[in-house]
Amino acid sequence: MADTMIEIRGLNKYFGDLHVLKDIDLTVRRGEKVVIIGPSGSGKSTLIRCMDYLEEPTTGEVVIDGTPLTRKNHLEMARKYSSMVFQQFNLYPNMTVLKNLTLAPVKLQKKSKDEAVKTAMAALERVGLAQKAGEYPQNLSGGQQQRVAIARAMCTKQPIILFDEPTSALDPEMIQEVLDVMIELAQDNITMICVTHEMNFAKQVADRVLFMDDGQILEEGTPEHFFTNPQNPRCKDFLNKILH
Amino acid sequence: MLDGLFDLSRWQVTLGSMDTFWQGFLVTLQVVVAGLALSLALGTVLGVFSTTRSRVLRAVSRVYVEFYQNTPLPVQVIFMYMAGPQILQAVTGAASPVRIAPFVLGFVGVGLYHAAYVSEVIRTGIESVPRGQMEAALSQGFTRVQAYRYIILPQTFKVILPPLCNQALNLVKNTSVLALVAGGDLMYRSNSFVGSYGYLQGYIMACALYFVICFPLAMLVQYLERRAKLRPRAKAIPGIAPDAAEEA
Repeated sequence: MADTMIEIRGLNKYFGDLHVLKDIDLTVRRGEKVVIIGPSGSGKSTLIRCMDYLEEPTTGEVVIDGTPLTRKNHLEMARKYSSMVFQQFNLYPNMTVLKNLTLAPVKLQKKSKDEAVKTAMAALERVGLAQKAGEYPQNLSGGQQQRVAIARAMCTKQPIILFDEPTSALDPEMIQEVLDVMIELAQDNITMICVTHEMNFAKQVADRVLFMDDGQILEEGTPEHFFTNPQNPRCKDFLNKILH
Repeated sequence: MLDGLFDLSRWQVTLGSMDTFWQGFLVTLQVVVAGLALSLALGTVLGVFSTTRSRVLRAVSRVYVEFYQNTPLPVQVIFMYMAGPQILQAVTGAASPVRIAPFVLGFVGVGLYHAAYVSEVIRTGIESVPRGQMEAALSQGFTRVQAYRYIILPQTFKVILPPLCNQALNLVKNTSVLALVAGGDLMYRSNSFVGSYGYLQGYIMACALYFVICFPLAMLVQYLERRAKLRPRAKAIPGIAPDAAEEA
């Protein structure tokens, strides 16, 4: 199918004896925005990390745009298709904001420095941080760092951006500025997979919400479905806790 | 005996023999530079080995470090001095034992020895970089080698520079082991000066000259330690107004 971006088939992941992901099947369309929710330890981060091959599936496969990820091709695939925004931002602290954004385009995609800087400044403009281009990450607030991290993911122009709890490490007053950037980014035709507990974000951008617990996808549907009519008792219980 | 230390004529003789001391000083400096280069290169490789996922590479690094850290440097150097020529003969198939120049013996001796310590410094430096840095690099599509080169190793500089300079300082002092194998270095020349005149001034002169190299290094260590604690200042980027307006 031409409009399938990510296809996960029979994915299992063990950490030692711990069975973290149990027979996951999932298809994500090109340009779809998917939000994954669920209690901690439910396997949602592991799932999204498998899509970037930061975790190697024990069995099953992750197919990106028709090509299965393997130990051999995953770096090349990451270069071409996906970038990740992390809970802890993971900006490179020894480089300025601008250098953080231009490093991969220059070294990996062989862009000229001028071109990379131009793209980077446009991305920074978009997240509202062009003024901070010469600053070092540690001198920025958490919210600003995460916006830079999102800009970094934008700079490499991959069609998939994976968000692994992008607002969980932030002070409450900084969450909205990051969500605003993500909401704005969602207007682009990129495929976004986002692990988060921010249901308002889900309501605004998600085409589909997945609820995970105990290594399985227990329920999926539109955001409205989750607000009005969740079926699974564990899902109801979880939503009660985060919405009230 | 100690009266001699204050004997002006003995000092005159000592200062009159400065040529000898300077020659030794020069040899010591050369051994330091070459030894430092060897220990940094080998130590970095071994340090990176010890943080890779490959068990074989980790084991190579571990065995090397434990061997060199737990045997005395003079023993290592004297062994190389005695056994080295014969080993080289066996390896190269030469007709007679291959003589190793004292200079080579010196820098290889301290270089190999300090590589073990440098390796440990590099290892702790790399381990101080959060795992997330490697993950961010991999998720952008950098290979592990590229990630080490562009992202991980540069981040360790601040942390490892002070202990590395400390190693350099120790290496300078440890080059005096060369005196044991007639290396022509500062310690050796001082020793032979004292041996021929019986004037202890020779050792004082040696101390002073070692101090001249080591003291600036010690100051450098302190400076680097202070600097490592500072926050980086923003860089000016052409076309971007500095931040002041926005903050006000």
